[in-house]
Parts: sequence; structure tokens; C-alpha cells
Amino acid sequence: MRLNLLGLLTGLLFGLGLLLAGMANPAKVQGFLDLAGLWDPSLALVMAGGIGVALPFFLLAKRSPTARLTGEPMQLPSSSVIDKRLLLGSAAFGVGWGIGGICPGPALVLVGSGILDGVLFVAAMLAGMALFSWLERR
Amino acid sequence: MQIDLIHFTPWASLAGGALIGLSAGLLILLGARIAGIAGIIGGLVQGAADRQWRYLFVLGILLSPLVWQLFAPLPALQMVSNPLGLVIAGLLVGIGTRYANGCTSGHGICGLSRFSVRSLAAVLSFMSAGFATVFVIKHVL
Repeated sequence: MRLNLLGLLTGLLFGLGLLLAGMANPAKVQGFLDLAGLWDPSLALVMAGGIGVALPFFLLAKRSPTARLTGEPMQLPSSSVIDKRLLLGSAAFGVGWGIGGICPGPALVLVGSGILDGVLFVAAMLAGMALFSWLERR
Repeated sequence: MQIDLIHFTPWASLAGGALIGLSAGLLILLGARIAGIAGIIGGLVQGAADRQWRYLFVLGILLSPLVWQLFAPLPALQMVSNPLGLVIAGLLVGIGTRYANGCTSGHGICGLSRFSVRSLAAVLSFMSAGFATVFVIKHVL
């Protein structure tokens, strides 16, 4: 129950942050990725602001044996493997991000804004994720 | 390199980033969950055991434009691709983020906030691919 409420609130906060930051606007994202054109550096500041605020929370979380609200054991990702899956997967993601100017969070904001192109993107993204799950199960 | 001063929004982007960081920070410290959107959605697609909070997180993002509009009109949300491009982009984003175990939020915000070298490698990979792709789209094709 507590985790569900936390999920709803942090999801809402996340979406509002994306809208305020300009990340939900595909044209702005592409403007950041267009180094050779007129470059809009805004998204570097989104990363800076995000990491700047999240960092102390992660430092506290590392020292915390349990989650403060739910009491579940604290588990941070432990993998340090840098392999083909990580690098090629990320590269494929980057190509898609460049084409559409949309990553997974903003895709949901576009759907919530009632933009049909956003629905199309999310449908394709879910298909891609389902394809991954299917390939992994084989 | 020329800076696009007309579209540059340093303060709004910094503040929006701070909200995203606060969301990720609260979720890890209070709930021991990573605010990685690809991972959250991927868990739903894959049928993870802890699906409820994932649905609610997704619902929270879906509701954010409605809540925003209680206070201000929505900002411009301008598409840059035709429907075929969006389908290709969506497929690549979906499959790529799952193989990489993270996207801009999971590796970019959460991973870098805990000094993960693995996440740094992922960020460098998707950023370079993004820069290269937009270069080809805008200046080669």
C-alpha cells in the first residue's frame, strides 16, 4: 500500500519534472542531440539538476539497511558488467532516441497529453520490450 | 558549434531536472526501487512479481500533463518524425533499453548518481549513438 502511494507520487513528480525541463518535447530533445546544428544545451542541465538532487539520496540509501517507508531490505543494482548487451543495447536505444526525440519517460507524458503519435511510439516500444522478453525466454 | 540561445531554457531545465532527481531520490530511499522508466515498464511487460507500484508509477506519469494543466497550459510538444519513423524509433528504444537494462533515467540519473561505471558506459553509448543519428538525419540525409 505504502509502496503504491510512493509509486504514484514519484511518477507524478517525475512527469511534472519532464514537462518543466522540456524533455517531453521531442523537438527540444533533438535540438540537444544536434551538435552540428544550432545546439540547445538545456538537456545537459536536466542531467545536472537530476544528478545533483538524487546523489545525496543515493548516498543515504547506500548506508540504509532498509527502505525508510516500506521497511523492505535496501537493494541497489550491483552489476558492474560492461558487455555487448549493455553497449549495443544502449546504442540501439540511442539511435531510436535520435530518430524520434523520445525516451521512455517522455513517451508516457506524450500519451498522457493525448498525443496520438505518442501512443504509436509507446505501442512500438512495448512491442520492442515484448520481443526482448520473448527472445530471452527462448 | 553554435548555441541555440532562443530555445535554451537553463533555469526551467535545471529545475525540471531537480524534480526528476527528487522523484528518483525519494523512490530509492523510501521504497528501495530504481526510477528507471524502461525498467519499470519492462517489468510490467515481463510480468514481474511487484507489478502494482509499477502500474501506479506509470499512472502518475500519465496523469502529470493533467495536473500540469491545473496550473498552466501544456508546453509545446512537437514531433520530429513521421509515423514510420516513430514505429522504428519505438522498437529500437524498447528492445535497446531492455538489453541495456536501463535508459536515460535508470542509467543516466540513477546510475550516475551512485557512481556506477557500468551506467557511465551505457550513457556514453546511447549519447554518442543519439548524436550520430541526429547528425545523419539533419546533415547527411
